[in-house]
Amino acid sequence: MRIGIDVGGTNTDAVLMDGQSVLAAVKTATTRDVTSGINTALAALQTQRAFDPAAVYAVMIGTTHFINALVEADRLAPTAAVRLGLPATASLPPMVDWPERLVEAIAGRAYLCHGGHEFDGRRISEPREDEIRQVAGELHRHGIRSVAISSVFSPVNAEFEQRAADILTGELPGLAVSLSSEIGRIGLLERENATIINASLRELATRIVDGLVGSLEGAGIHAPLYLSQNDGTLMDVDFARRYPVATFASGPTNSMRGAAFLSGAQTCAVVDVGGTTSDIGVLRHGFPREATTEVSVAGIRTNFRMPDVLSLGIGGGSRVRGGQGDVTVGPDSVGYRLAEEARVFGGSTLTATDVAVAAGRAAIGDPGLVRDLDRSLAEAALRRIASDIADAIERVRTSPDPLPVVVVGGGSILLPDEFESGPVHRPEHFAVANAIGAAIAQIGGEVDRIFPVEPGRRQAVLDDAKQEAVDKAIAAGAKPGSVRVVEVDEVPLAYLPGNATRIRVKAVGDLQLEGGRG
Amino acid sequence: MSRTITRHDLADLARGAALLGTGGGGDPYVGRLLVERAMLTGSGTITLLDPGELGDDDLVIPVAQMGAPTVMVEKIPGGGEAVAALRALEERLGRRADATMPIECGGINSMMPLLVAARTGLPVVDADGMGRAFPELQMETFSVYGVPGSPLAIGGENGETVIIDTGADNARMEWLARGITIRMGGVAHIAEYAMSGADVKRTAVPNTLGLGLRIGRALREAREEHRDPVQALAAAMEGTLYDKVRVLFRGKVVDVERRTVAGFARGHARLAAFQGPGELELTFQNEHLVARADGRVRCVVPDLICVLDADSGEPITTEGLRYGQRAVVVGISTPALMRTPEALAVFGPRAFGLDIDFRPVEDLVSP
Repeated sequence: MRIGIDVGGTNTDAVLMDGQSVLAAVKTATTRDVTSGINTALAALQTQRAFDPAAVYAVMIGTTHFINALVEADRLAPTAAVRLGLPATASLPPMVDWPERLVEAIAGRAYLCHGGHEFDGRRISEPREDEIRQVAGELHRHGIRSVAISSVFSPVNAEFEQRAADILTGELPGLAVSLSSEIGRIGLLERENATIINASLRELATRIVDGLVGSLEGAGIHAPLYLSQNDGTLMDVDFARRYPVATFASGPTNSMRGAAFLSGAQTCAVVDVGGTTSDIGVLRHGFPREATTEVSVAGIRTNFRMPDVLSLGIGGGSRVRGGQGDVTVGPDSVGYRLAEEARVFGGSTLTATDVAVAAGRAAIGDPGLVRDLDRSLAEAALRRIASDIADAIERVRTSPDPLPVVVVGGGSILLPDEFESGPVHRPEHFAVANAIGAAIAQIGGEVDRIFPVEPGRRQAVLDDAKQEAVDKAIAAGAKPGSVRVVEVDEVPLAYLPGNATRIRVKAVGDLQLEGGRG
Repeated sequence: MSRTITRHDLADLARGAALLGTGGGGDPYVGRLLVERAMLTGSGTITLLDPGELGDDDLVIPVAQMGAPTVMVEKIPGGGEAVAALRALEERLGRRADATMPIECGGINSMMPLLVAARTGLPVVDADGMGRAFPELQMETFSVYGVPGSPLAIGGENGETVIIDTGADNARMEWLARGITIRMGGVAHIAEYAMSGADVKRTAVPNTLGLGLRIGRALREAREEHRDPVQALAAAMEGTLYDKVRVLFRGKVVDVERRTVAGFARGHARLAAFQGPGELELTFQNEHLVARADGRVRCVVPDLICVLDADSGEPITTEGLRYGQRAVVVGISTPALMRTPEALAVFGPRAFGLDIDFRPVEDLVSP
């Protein structure tokens, strides 16, 4: 058996699974310390379906706690950024485009040193040990305990970041180090930003992860604990302590993967309808398609591996206005006050939930309270919702092939049984899709580099890149026979000789568990 | 009339420059940050000069970035490269520049002269030599009308400079400069096409930085006020040398194919109408070259072919094109200076290997 837990901003959901079947599923309130909410959820699982804690062989947790800490500029540690690239890059020092409030929240300090590589692996300059030692002295003087290290083209060659890390930790043994080459891809400022954010979350991550481990031990569960990452794969707790930023988009990712699992569709569009918004994304081979453009988080430009999700202001609490001919739905919502303000609960605000009840789509609250509602208005509002969602599905499609649509989330009662693009699947347990997504996560490996592709060598270069991604997945804990390549992306780079091509390959496999249980 | 640019104008200029990049020219984001940062010191403003304000004997030295924009997002400049190139060229010519100028108003190169201006206090001439973005250095109205690119100075982040002088042979200059750019790490900063004020007035496409600002502002305001971005664009173009704006197509991207040929990103994209039949095909080489609707040419280089997000009005680059995007494709007329037989021989459709004669967008598509 394994347990999947989703710690969201409002709810903490947990599921107990055995192989492909869901044995128990619970929803509890999230607590500020995270761990007491998890304790409650574990106890609720026991109540719903008694289980032997010793029979649990893995626990997977997805959480939005770390991204929320950044958005709230709260619980962040004093952080420094050290960049290797001089004499290049001096014009734009680290954190150059950050909101002032976040630079202050992390007491951010930036240092520029020599080092860095060219696109083809040549060195911009040699790193200078004395320069880095001097930075160590500065960090010590300012009481900084966490540092982000970036180096130009470190996705091509990470040796300088590693060398700087060795020197800094040699001087300051307790220093937490985050390396940009392990966090982001090409695009120095964006990768560096993600690394600095990561560094600022390190202490919180240690605290939270230690708390999670303690919660499980308290419940008698001694199985390994994993956290889900942005791309739907898992990381172990040691990795999570070092790379909390890798959890940033795990919420939408888990809900999408959970939806795929519950419906059995591996390639599909997923519509997650909540109280305020609908998130629409696409799964390919069971994994969310990633955004190809920079993603801004709390006003900071990053290149996180985030799912490409389109958010619409349509949810169960969306306000409905106008008449039959000019009806509008959202984008504003009564949100968590639905149970007081919606008509079916005796309130005075007409919401999307009310029109769904009036049209006979759902039985929520007191249907009698919306009996007087004009039926054709209700139908018009639902048609409006269906057409906006159908439009969004069209926009996230990646090919003209037929695409099944899976709907999850409490607000999915607003949607019809069929779209133009195909039928709609409404799986069982749709309300805890996130926790299920966490429970079924896999292990991944990725390559993202610029390769010279000589004439006639394209296939060989691609094969090498694929093998490297597979090896990385296995090194990260995937079961060797189960690893497959799920994504290959080639972008030829203009103006560079030798057909320089940026190749991204992602491979994933099942988690290798002790005793061969999967 | 001279005017000043402040930090607050840069985001608008970057957006307008992305549109004038017609799908290429590189993302102006890093360039904008460079200028913003440089403007924190000094007077905090940059003076834009109308070409008409130049004395005939003034010396104008344009600056630009050369190489792969994809490298520049990783290897950010030290900051002094472009100024070093400018100074090296001044030394070679034995004379100080009175102003700098863009060679290319589309994409990231709209920002490079502003960086030099912010660091040196030189004014920037509101004009350029492409009137848009093009993939090669010799595709310049300057060279079309007899101004040589040489001598050219290249600057790298170590403070090093290289002078290339190939006399009147601009194609060889481009070839040699590209080799040095690779040695410098794939991106370098150049000063070239040094010319007199009289030559600027005779050969440059005027008021293109001001045009970028105007476009960027119009698109932003349209989005803020939930107005149609294409109408806002058309209104912004009125009274400029780019005053014929035509909607070529509205639809969804259904196919994108890219490949590298001779160092350029070449490819095609197809869009299908939102409803009913109808298809538009775009052919690009870094920038868009030709748009064909149902097999008929609707707009062709050097006229501008711009792809905008149908909802936000944000320009979409050829690299950013992907399946499912809802887009408006707009054709925009270019100034007469860019449509003469001499100009078309250098950057008309046949210069890109297309077997098409140039026809103005306003003759191909009615308003």
